[in-house]
Amino acid sequence: MNKLNTLRNGVDENGHFGIYGGRFVAETLMPLILEVEKAYEKASNDDGFWAEFDRLMKHYVGRPSPLYYAQRMTEHFGGAKIFFKRDELNHTGAHKINNTIGQILLARRMGKKRIIAETGAGQHGVATATVCALYGMPCVVYMGATDVERQKPNVFRMKLLGAEIIPVTAGTGTLKDAMNEALRDWVANVEDTYYLIGTAAGPHPYPMMVRDFQCIIGNETREQMYEQEGRLPDSLVASIGGGSNAIGLFHPFLDDDSVRIIGVEAAGHGIETGEHCASLKGGRPGVLHGNRTYLLQDDEGQIKDGYSISAGLDYPGIGPEHSWLRDIGRVEYVSVTDLEALEAFKLCTAKEGIIPALEPCHALAHVAKIAPDLPKDHLMVMNLCGRGDKDIFAVAERFGFDM
Amino acid sequence: MTKNPETRIAKRFEKLRAEGRAGLVTFTTAGDPDLETSVKILDGIAEAGADLIEIGVPFSDPMADGPAIQASSLRAIKAGMTLRKTLGIVAEFRKKDDETPIVLMGYYNPIYIYGVDTFLADAKKAGVDGLIVVDLPPEEEGELCLPALKAGINFIYLTAPTTTDARLPRVLDHASGFVYFVSITGITGTSSAKTTDVAAHVGRIRAQTDLPVAVGFGIRTPEQAAGIAAVADAAVVGSALVDQITANFDDNNKPGPGTVDAVLDLVKALAVGVRSVKKTETVS
Ligand SMILES: Cc1ncc(COP(=O)(O)O)c(C=O)c1O
Repeated sequence: MNKLNTLRNGVDENGHFGIYGGRFVAETLMPLILEVEKAYEKASNDDGFWAEFDRLMKHYVGRPSPLYYAQRMTEHFGGAKIFFKRDELNHTGAHKINNTIGQILLARRMGKKRIIAETGAGQHGVATATVCALYGMPCVVYMGATDVERQKPNVFRMKLLGAEIIPVTAGTGTLKDAMNEALRDWVANVEDTYYLIGTAAGPHPYPMMVRDFQCIIGNETREQMYEQEGRLPDSLVASIGGGSNAIGLFHPFLDDDSVRIIGVEAAGHGIETGEHCASLKGGRPGVLHGNRTYLLQDDEGQIKDGYSISAGLDYPGIGPEHSWLRDIGRVEYVSVTDLEALEAFKLCTAKEGIIPALEPCHALAHVAKIAPDLPKDHLMVMNLCGRGDKDIFAVAERFGFDM
Repeated sequence: MTKNPETRIAKRFEKLRAEGRAGLVTFTTAGDPDLETSVKILDGIAEAGADLIEIGVPFSDPMADGPAIQASSLRAIKAGMTLRKTLGIVAEFRKKDDETPIVLMGYYNPIYIYGVDTFLADAKKAGVDGLIVVDLPPEEEGELCLPALKAGINFIYLTAPTTTDARLPRVLDHASGFVYFVSITGITGTSSAKTTDVAAHVGRIRAQTDLPVAVGFGIRTPEQAAGIAAVADAAVVGSALVDQITANFDDNNKPGPGTVDAVLDLVKALAVGVRSVKKTETVS
């Protein structure tokens, strides 16, 4: 087979990564999707757009986030040299803000007056409500009724920031239903509304656009690793819900063959139990939310609900670029259970004094599995993409601690 | 490959034109609230006045549908309805009625998982005339539209108020059977459009195609259906029919004895509305 010159060209003109991606939306939305695509193309070729993005990243978000040599973790595992990419230190506590800043700038350029978003854990909702407050735009966040219950602190945060939260009871009341509702809102409010999608999924151009905004993670990592170690890392590990933090870290390294890249899905109670949200391990290609990608579904093509202790990973799909990277074998995808993630949570807190979000704990749990057997000069980067404040209630419950 | 496969749809619209009236298109979900009831409804629906029958294929995530059809879809899935069984319903129907056109309406994933080629062969054999697949815009025509035309099944495109004159040729390029104008920017079962607005949009579409234009979304009453009949070739009613099913639930959320009659009575009333409008000018 011919080796492609680059894996970073992204999508073809119809928004496909291999057979994945595309624009599977109702006609009512189609003209809008094309408008977003055009507007983004224009913005992304405009230095002024990126200058504004960079300014906000630096002074509002607090970037660059450190690339931190986790010495005690490294000593604990006794193998690879482990680095944390500290995106949990961003304003609002996760990588989600990288994307919401980019998209709010685009929405403003497009003259949109109202922002809608879906959220699962509430991190994307908070990041969206934050940028809407920053620009004085009304914000409506759709959130599964089940998630509203289990993510109360983030619900309150969004309200403080002025967002209207609409609990979604349709379907099963989780993230996929919230996304359906947001799409329904958009269909009904096409004139003035911009749909700010929270992960690298959905119809073209969203997977590409969200990736581009999140690539700041990988680009910084590259530079910082050269500064600290004078060379490329040997491996990258990141957790995957829809796949935005992961693709943001991975993408700038896709053409560097020496870099081993690993995405970690949530195995929940275990793939074999059927209660998980590992779309690549436990699903198959299908079409949902505007794109073709691996999905959790039954034999009739009905979408199944995901399950994970981490609400942010609890999505039955995955961004289409990951589906493609899986099929061509450039990225390895593995999965980690709730219990393994909770062990990693304890370990990180105890050894590094960092309380991580449950999502990156999945990545860390995989690091724990492979780092001990790797040589000491192996440089491994783990994307610590969120902090654990939002998760302390869920964790307390698991550890039997009465809050 | 014929661009507009000759199916029962074209024949039916010819007949309507000869009768000088618009048609009534009904939408009900296969298997809602259960297989037996939904089959009884379909068995009586043509006689009650449906000129074309749309059968909804249930999907777990119907993103263009409002609460009524969402719930209808979930009821059907819960009651065990599948795409294969939906085709079985069509095949049974065809034994009794070989003239009324049947259009399957739904979302792509169940078809994709069934396998496009197998599905088209099975659908053709069952007696399906057309497909409306909400999440397959012309940009994705290679997925199902072009194979369907090859298989002799019409692929019916949706147009919306957001579909500009400049975009219409793209949508109409491989449209066949009829053109479905979604009269509101919104989901099913919510608001209704003003007839004057609808007339303007239908005029825009007719300026670019000879295919019949059906109008749907937000049509609930015989009066509204009559209003649409005056400006389009057919009126599509869905949520209002589906609502009759829930309105006739007994205390255990099971279909009450009057369910089938309630749905068919509404179809009759809607048909009276549609037929009350005489079309002097034949539709081009
Ligand atoms: C901290 C954190 N990490 C990861 C995710 C999963 O999303 P993605 O895979 O798009 O990064 C979320 C989603 O809420 C999150 O809050």
